[in-house]
Amino acid sequence: MAYSDKVIDHYEHPRNVGSLPKNDVNVGTGLVGAPECGDVMKLQVQINPETGVIDDAKFKTFGCGSAIASSSLATEWLKGKTVDQALAIKNTDIVTELALPPVKIHCSVLAEDAIKAAIEDYKKKREESKPGAAVGAHAQPSA
Amino acid sequence: MKLPIYMDYHATTPVDPRVLEAMLPYFTENFGNPASRNHAFGWAAEEAVDKGRKQVADLIGAKPKEIIFTSGATEANNLAIKGVVEMYREKGNHVITCVTEHKAVIDTCKKLEKQGGRVTYLPVQKDGRIDLDELRAAITDKTILITIMTANNEIGVLQPVTEIGAIAKEKGILFHTDAVQAVGKVPFDVNQVKADLVSLSAHKMYGPKGVGALYVRRRNPRVLLAEQISGGGHERGMRSGTLNVPGIVGLGKAAEICQADMVSDTARLLALRERLNEKFHQNLDEIYINGSMEHRLPHNLNISFAYVEGESLLMGIADVAVSSGSACTSASLEPSYVLKALGAGDDLAHSSIRFGLGRWSTEEEVDYIVDKLTNVVRRLREMSPLYEMVKEGVDLSKMQWIAH
Repeated sequence: MAYSDKVIDHYEHPRNVGSLPKNDVNVGTGLVGAPECGDVMKLQVQINPETGVIDDAKFKTFGCGSAIASSSLATEWLKGKTVDQALAIKNTDIVTELALPPVKIHCSVLAEDAIKAAIEDYKKKREESKPGAAVGAHAQPSA
Repeated sequence: MKLPIYMDYHATTPVDPRVLEAMLPYFTENFGNPASRNHAFGWAAEEAVDKGRKQVADLIGAKPKEIIFTSGATEANNLAIKGVVEMYREKGNHVITCVTEHKAVIDTCKKLEKQGGRVTYLPVQKDGRIDLDELRAAITDKTILITIMTANNEIGVLQPVTEIGAIAKEKGILFHTDAVQAVGKVPFDVNQVKADLVSLSAHKMYGPKGVGALYVRRRNPRVLLAEQISGGGHERGMRSGTLNVPGIVGLGKAAEICQADMVSDTARLLALRERLNEKFHQNLDEIYINGSMEHRLPHNLNISFAYVEGESLLMGIADVAVSSGSACTSASLEPSYVLKALGAGDDLAHSSIRFGLGRWSTEEEVDYIVDKLTNVVRRLREMSPLYEMVKEGVDLSKMQWIAH
């Protein structure tokens, strides 16, 4: 099985490995996948509440080289994007950029899921941190 | 030291130069067909085949007439199982095997089930061995064959074949063992094991690919097989097809060398394996050996490096040839069924690496691999969300994962 040069580059020099403070209200964390499936991605975004722009992104991934490359690439793309722009990133963009073979498409799907989960987590935390949110949350649980 | 390093001797082995040298004349000047009984070319070929047959028989304590040459162990396994089931169908239709067998056995058994046969797949214990009480309990009056491998190709675990053979003999059931990984590596004697059928292959013991053999017992009992390949009635009618003379010469020579060098080879490989194992344990925490260390081939080590995935490990050691039980390295996208059967959890199957040492493995290679892999494991653990969570005190088994 041959890897594309871009996959190898991300594997050997992963961008933005690490963790952001997960309790920070401006940080959203997405944790997707399962150990028994062979891949788990943790992707975090730090969003400027004034501008809605992602000013930092970090990842940690348990998975094959393509999973590591997909999440590394995702963090690279996320920085500087607005939340809406981030949500517009599709797994097929990752497939194309990394030249992933068909058997590795699920790695890109996982990366897209991780982005969405991180942003959802951020939105949820923002909602809950608003004054009176606790009452509101009880009255109308968010999905 | 030459790169890349080969440490995947369970997959295949290089042909020993002495084996190749013995084979070469049988491609060119001695090219005859051993079935040509009326001229010197045929006689020379027949003589070579007879010698090969004796060399193979000697290695496993058999008689030359009990050796049936095949294209390899897959064919030998197919012939043994299908041949017995077809021949003894009046007696019964039940076969007992085990979940960690090679696919050549498992898939053959599955096919038999589709054709109306009954198969029991015994589970294995944590150490990779079957429970003999479960074997006894699985036997019915319809059981005609027990097929359990001698040594496993992934975890190198040795099954209690001598005990299995005794149980089979006591019950009057035929016993077949796929001994591909064991023959030539550890002592194996058909009479001590009381095996009726034994599969072996040349390319796992420094012989060529494309040739193997099935031992078929001729006395106590005389085992009969229904042929699976019909034709000129070669090999006592059990396997037709012109004999692969150079291959058989190579298999014979390989067997002779393995027999002569077994004691010294085993001691050397065991020392290398212990070195590999000890160094990994010195360097890294949370690594787990898959399968019994006590009942194991001397040249096998199978380790799970927890919290890192196997394919990403292999990617970091591109100049070393080993293999992984990770789903990502398999065609089926499933993690190793052998490791899953040990019950250690799929996550450890994904994190496993199989090391297969062999005749040309060196201490220098072992040290190189340990250093290199240690660095990769450390680097990938820094990148692993699972390792981070465990260090924070999270119990991964209690997490709600979103399977995909």
